[in-house]
Amino acid sequence: MDMFITTYLVPGLWIVFQSVLMLVCLLLVTAYILYADRKIFAAVQMRRGPNVVGPWGLLQSFADLLKFVLKEPIIPATSSKAVFIVAPIISAVMAMSTFAVLPVAEGWVVADVNLGILFIFAVSSLEVYGIIMGGWASNSKYAFLASLRSAAQMVSYEVSMGFIIIVVLLCAGTLNMTGIVNSQANGLGTMMGLPPSFLDWYWLPLFPAFIMFFISAIAETNRPPFDLPEAESELVAGHMVEYSSTMFLLFFLGEFVAIILMSCLVTILFLGGWLPLIDVPVLNWVPDIVWFTLKAFFVFFCMAMVRAFVPRYRYDQLMRLGWKVFLPLSLAMVVIVAAVLQYTGWAS
Amino acid sequence: MTAIFFYLFATITVASAFMVISARNPVHAVLFLILAFVNSAGLFMLNGAEFLALLLIVVYVGAVAVLFLFVVMMLDVDFVELREGFLQYLPVGALVGFIVMAELLMVLGTWVFAPGAIGGIAAEPIPNMADVSNIEAIGNILYTKYIFFFQVAGLILLVAMIGAIVLTLHHRPNVRRQNINDQIARNPETAIEIKKVESGKGV
Repeated sequence: MDMFITTYLVPGLWIVFQSVLMLVCLLLVTAYILYADRKIFAAVQMRRGPNVVGPWGLLQSFADLLKFVLKEPIIPATSSKAVFIVAPIISAVMAMSTFAVLPVAEGWVVADVNLGILFIFAVSSLEVYGIIMGGWASNSKYAFLASLRSAAQMVSYEVSMGFIIIVVLLCAGTLNMTGIVNSQANGLGTMMGLPPSFLDWYWLPLFPAFIMFFISAIAETNRPPFDLPEAESELVAGHMVEYSSTMFLLFFLGEFVAIILMSCLVTILFLGGWLPLIDVPVLNWVPDIVWFTLKAFFVFFCMAMVRAFVPRYRYDQLMRLGWKVFLPLSLAMVVIVAAVLQYTGWAS
Repeated sequence: MTAIFFYLFATITVASAFMVISARNPVHAVLFLILAFVNSAGLFMLNGAEFLALLLIVVYVGAVAVLFLFVVMMLDVDFVELREGFLQYLPVGALVGFIVMAELLMVLGTWVFAPGAIGGIAAEPIPNMADVSNIEAIGNILYTKYIFFFQVAGLILLVAMIGAIVLTLHHRPNVRRQNINDQIARNPETAIEIKKVESGKGV
């Protein structure tokens, strides 16, 4: 009995505690990311944005949450009920479970697994099922068509994202997320004799991959300018047309958690994770988690700005960009980077 | 603890595999197939083959099964109609299943009773998982000993891909297409002509 407590119960409870803490932080961040998104969009259009609930509208997301939860959940009579209910749950759970392996600071990770980045890639490729199942189960042609478009878009951009991740893995020599960040501690900058700084991170040597990953991340999360499945001004809500109340909230949550995940991934793969901007006193006294949050928020800010001032792509242009531009380019980058690493002897 | 999870994953895999052939709705059948894939990935994970498990999810669940779902959703498959000849085809299906089962048993049986008698993977020494990671172990054997098989598999897939493209590619004449390069290469000098029009004259 004692052995059971020490080997299973105590570590089990500790993991549960860590996961709950991570989830609570994640959901709080999601609430404010949502608020920031609306505020940034409003500022670009010279509007005020949400400013009524709480001081400066800070509690707006929580008011929205209450509103969603208190509404009546409507399940269409002709829908496939089990699939209809499971779809939003899959969407939200898959998005949130990726954060189990995401390190936010040195050692601050629920499960520091060896194949972290592959786990994230695998689980986030499951998110597409929430969309397909939701669209199909609604038994409505609008929801169904939107879900097909959305799923096709996500699958297309996943391919080039996979290749870009491989490029980073070749440079880092590990699939462990902490290892990827630590491998950016020295690089181009330190080769030139400078102290460890932002010049070492992978965004500089892998600049085309960095840009492609950023754009693919926007397309993967169905954000503007690639938000064709749910073009807000003309298509109501894409695959979520028939959803209301908490089930709609779960879809919405899954989408925003996926956006945060993409910001964190860009930060870890290309912007040195929690490494300080320049490794000199004062700057390296700042805690890891602050650097990580700042960088991830910077990436999100860029996504929000893109949303505000880039016009929407047409569907065929979107597919062309994914298959005819990003796929060959990222494939070429894999070959070039592998060759460079092999023949210069930089691969360790 | 491992045993509990093994029985959990194994039960769900078998149950959902049964549901694949017994579900009334084709889309539900494909969804159960996906559940079976995910649970067999769990079984791989329990055996310490975490790379294969994640690859199974990325490739089969994340890509292949999505295409399955696409096709099944868009085709109007009536399973009740298909099931009419179920008893008629049952003997053939059972025979195929039995042959596959017997072959699997023979391969695994030789492996268990006389390791080394057959070549291939069973003859390889199993590397110590403590010093080599999963990926290194697979890479070491896949890109050295089995490089030709690996390349041939790749070539077969390439041929299949080219075949699919050739079958579906139609060049329709008289369709206006957007040429992005031409559009980007345009500049004000070539694209517009400015004319000075005197007032009251027209062009």
